Amino acid sequence: MPVADYIPTIGLEIHVHLKTRSKMFCACATSYGDDPNTRTCPTCLGLPGALPVLNEEAIKMTILTGQLLGAVTPEFCKWDRKNYFYADMPKNYQISQYDQPLVVGGRIPLYDQYFPKHQRGGAGADGVLATVPLTRIHLEEDAGKSTHFGTSSGLDYNRAGTPLMEIVTDPAISTADEAAALLASLRQILVYAGVSDADMERGQMRCDVNVSVRKSAAEPLGAKIELKNINSVAAVRRAIVFEIERQCGELDRGLAQRQETRRWDDERGESTDMRGKEDAHDYRYFPDPDLQPVCTTQWLNEVRARLPELPHALRARFGHDYGLTPYDAGVLTSEPALAAYFEEAAAGSSKAKSVANWIINELLGRLNEGQTDFSANPVSAAALRELVDLVEGGGISGAQAKEVFSEMFATSGAPAAIVQARGFSQVSDTGALDGFVQQVLAANPDLVARIQAGEAKVVNVLVGQIMKASGGKANPKRVSELLAQALG
Amino acid sequence: MPVSLTVSALRASLAARSLSPREAVLAVAAAAASKDSTLGGYVSLTEAEINTALALADKADVTLPLGGVPIAVKDAIAVQGAPLTCASKILRGFVSPYDATVITRLRAAGAIPLGRTNMDEFAMGSSTENSGFFPARNPRDPERTPGGSSGGSATVVDADTAFAALGSDTGGSIRQPASFTGIVGLKPSYGRVSRYGLVAFASSLEGIGPMTKSVRDAALLLQTMAGHDPLDSTSLNAPVPDYLDTLDRGVKGLKIGLPREYFIDGITPGVRAAIEATVQQLAAAGAEIVDISLPHTEFAVATYYIIATAEASSNLARFDGVRYGHRAAQPADLTDLYNRTRAEGFGPEVKRRIILGTYVLSSGYYDAFYVKAQKVRKLIRRDFTEAFSKVDLIASPVTPATAWKLGTFADTPLQSYLADIFTIAANLAGICGISVPCGLSDGLPVGFQLMGPSLAEKNLLQAAQTVESALSPLALR
Repeated sequence: MPVADYIPTIGLEIHVHLKTRSKMFCACATSYGDDPNTRTCPTCLGLPGALPVLNEEAIKMTILTGQLLGAVTPEFCKWDRKNYFYADMPKNYQISQYDQPLVVGGRIPLYDQYFPKHQRGGAGADGVLATVPLTRIHLEEDAGKSTHFGTSSGLDYNRAGTPLMEIVTDPAISTADEAAALLASLRQILVYAGVSDADMERGQMRCDVNVSVRKSAAEPLGAKIELKNINSVAAVRRAIVFEIERQCGELDRGLAQRQETRRWDDERGESTDMRGKEDAHDYRYFPDPDLQPVCTTQWLNEVRARLPELPHALRARFGHDYGLTPYDAGVLTSEPALAAYFEEAAAGSSKAKSVANWIINELLGRLNEGQTDFSANPVSAAALRELVDLVEGGGISGAQAKEVFSEMFATSGAPAAIVQARGFSQVSDTGALDGFVQQVLAANPDLVARIQAGEAKVVNVLVGQIMKASGGKANPKRVSELLAQALG
Repeated sequence: MPVSLTVSALRASLAARSLSPREAVLAVAAAAASKDSTLGGYVSLTEAEINTALALADKADVTLPLGGVPIAVKDAIAVQGAPLTCASKILRGFVSPYDATVITRLRAAGAIPLGRTNMDEFAMGSSTENSGFFPARNPRDPERTPGGSSGGSATVVDADTAFAALGSDTGGSIRQPASFTGIVGLKPSYGRVSRYGLVAFASSLEGIGPMTKSVRDAALLLQTMAGHDPLDSTSLNAPVPDYLDTLDRGVKGLKIGLPREYFIDGITPGVRAAIEATVQQLAAAGAEIVDISLPHTEFAVATYYIIATAEASSNLARFDGVRYGHRAAQPADLTDLYNRTRAEGFGPEVKRRIILGTYVLSSGYYDAFYVKAQKVRKLIRRDFTEAFSKVDLIASPVTPATAWKLGTFADTPLQSYLADIFTIAANLAGICGISVPCGLSDGLPVGFQLMGPSLAEKNLLQAAQTVESALSPLALR
């Protein structure tokens, strides 16, 4: 049976590092790239006698994420210990949430720009192509990191105790493209919420994938295979494609599927057996006696009072308020700083669409060329607005404006000063232009005759000659108008 | 200088400068050197520890509430720069890099931590015979146990090799050894004293408390240690009253309940006689004695051993040879490192409880054991809530019998669990309790237990003071 006839079912378990200043249960700074074991204390090292204290900011960030995804935060939640031995984990248990998580329900929107082009159709003005139901979000602590050297291993506990939000989706995803779009959309939302940078390459977002396949919708779900060690969105896509084919191949050969955990090897492009159900850990969850259950009401109220605008809401608003195309609005809302920049540059300008074009075509183009982050953008929003006003008001030509922009990008200079220094200005005055018009008409009677015979395109040749005669300073729009008048 | 002085008497002499903190430290060192090698009260009191204490003594501010007073500390409580082993081979050589909150507070009040006292390994036991190093012995009769798990603290206070000590109480581990050695042992309400820095055995049951030569000393130490600690999420955020100002006010008008379930046939005649005589004295001093019932008492021991072992199995997982403490030599791989480190490092009682706790939390057994035990714990707590709606305090024996001979329960560990029957319920309910000496039975001390509702330490100490002052010192020696 061809792979395309099988029905795959995919669920994701996504771990996200929260951007808190301190760790989940102690005052140590959360950090990346510090010398090993320099961001540790008795609590995150699990020294005898040390105790955990909750990080309220991490709780609020988790509740905020749930609110943004339309989920519910129950009035009470509690903390549980997940017991298993691992050298990365100082206490040999992880403080997590088992049956009373901070967030339940909700849906994750999938944005059209993260799908391959041919799958993008059908989204509304907000760019939401589909939504995937969310099972829950809970808060837990991260482990440290091992480094293996031949016969020994090094352990760095700087990361141990970093707040980790685990986002679990329903098994309701059916393609690798959808899974990849979910991760990219979720990342955008988390960045907007200010709760995480959610960069998979930097380990701030990690993902386990559950995949099963069955032959028809009438059958129960197939055996759940969990894939671990997937470190980028592209790898998630590759792992799912591989795993669906592998499972379909096994079913074709009549092999019974069994629940297991497999390890994804991205270099070899294959998953390998890690452990079967019979080797599954019994985590012996029980309520952590060191932490009291918490009432969430006050945090929930605080979070609700300052909910940020979601990317897709902003995208719809940009379309509505500024008349942008869904594509342009999608690009401009791809990150919060860019969206804010656009709004600042477009404020007070009657030409928001033109501002958008300058940002998308020129500014982002150049930033991409230099692989520069948007945060290092050298052109202020006010300067960009000024440049757009100059062009749109006919003060300089489009060609001149591009030169001015180049200099603005290189030097962060003000457009007016650049225009003056370069002697750019556009002649729109009828009296000044009339001379050039009459001069060119007189010199080209044959062209005039062809125009009058109906060859309208020949007008452009005349415009070109007038521009040349003016030394490039004539306003081409005004020249066309004057020519039209003269040719009656 | 005699180490038989109470802390109250010592601090008076220190404040009057008739004694110096240095003399106090040296007196403890000398007394321990001459007596402790046979009693085994200390697991560590080294030259280096004495020198550290002397340096503190020389800087001590004797005007502080405990200025210059040396205090022995159970080996389960972290003192910066001192060994912290819980009398276990698995932590041999481990030195704490930080102070427990109680130590921080005692230091701020001028006290000097001095000496690490013996205990049942990881506080699991009631005779100090489960120490991973050597048993402690009862100063009243070295063939007998001083009780446990804080047996070393009881030994050093009773043997006058310490002025006072800290213990910890998970199921009676302060009160029972206090009873066996004829000293005062206070188990504060759960959350009254911070657990930060107390090596966890059963987190929801245990707490730190003073073990002293007098009720006044217990009040004095509690005054310093009590109060909310932001580092312990289970510590209570309630004001700390003055425990000393009402200490001598007596028991007139207090209602004291006698739970019928605590006066059972298994109590030895000598213990019963001492307890009943003390109840009479309390009545004579103006207390109203009321019969009460704590109907779920018979389930306390079973409930305790499910909850305590479940928590222990998780709390003790961190001792794996990876980061600190004992590590097995030449491990083949990580699993071998874990297996051999823990097999070599833990003693039999600790292993027994880890296995029990792992079992009761296992999938398929969790509901039948752990969840059910939590339900029964609620019922036991409700028993006390109802009882304390009728009485201010509850009185009972601490143990059914006096100190037993070393080795009595060597082959029947479950029998020793049953000896905890009168002390365990207070831990399950989170209430406060105290053991105060009330007489002798065949020459061995008998402790009188008073229990009060959560945060009722003021009443508790007041009544204990009445018991103490009703007895002539001769009745105790």
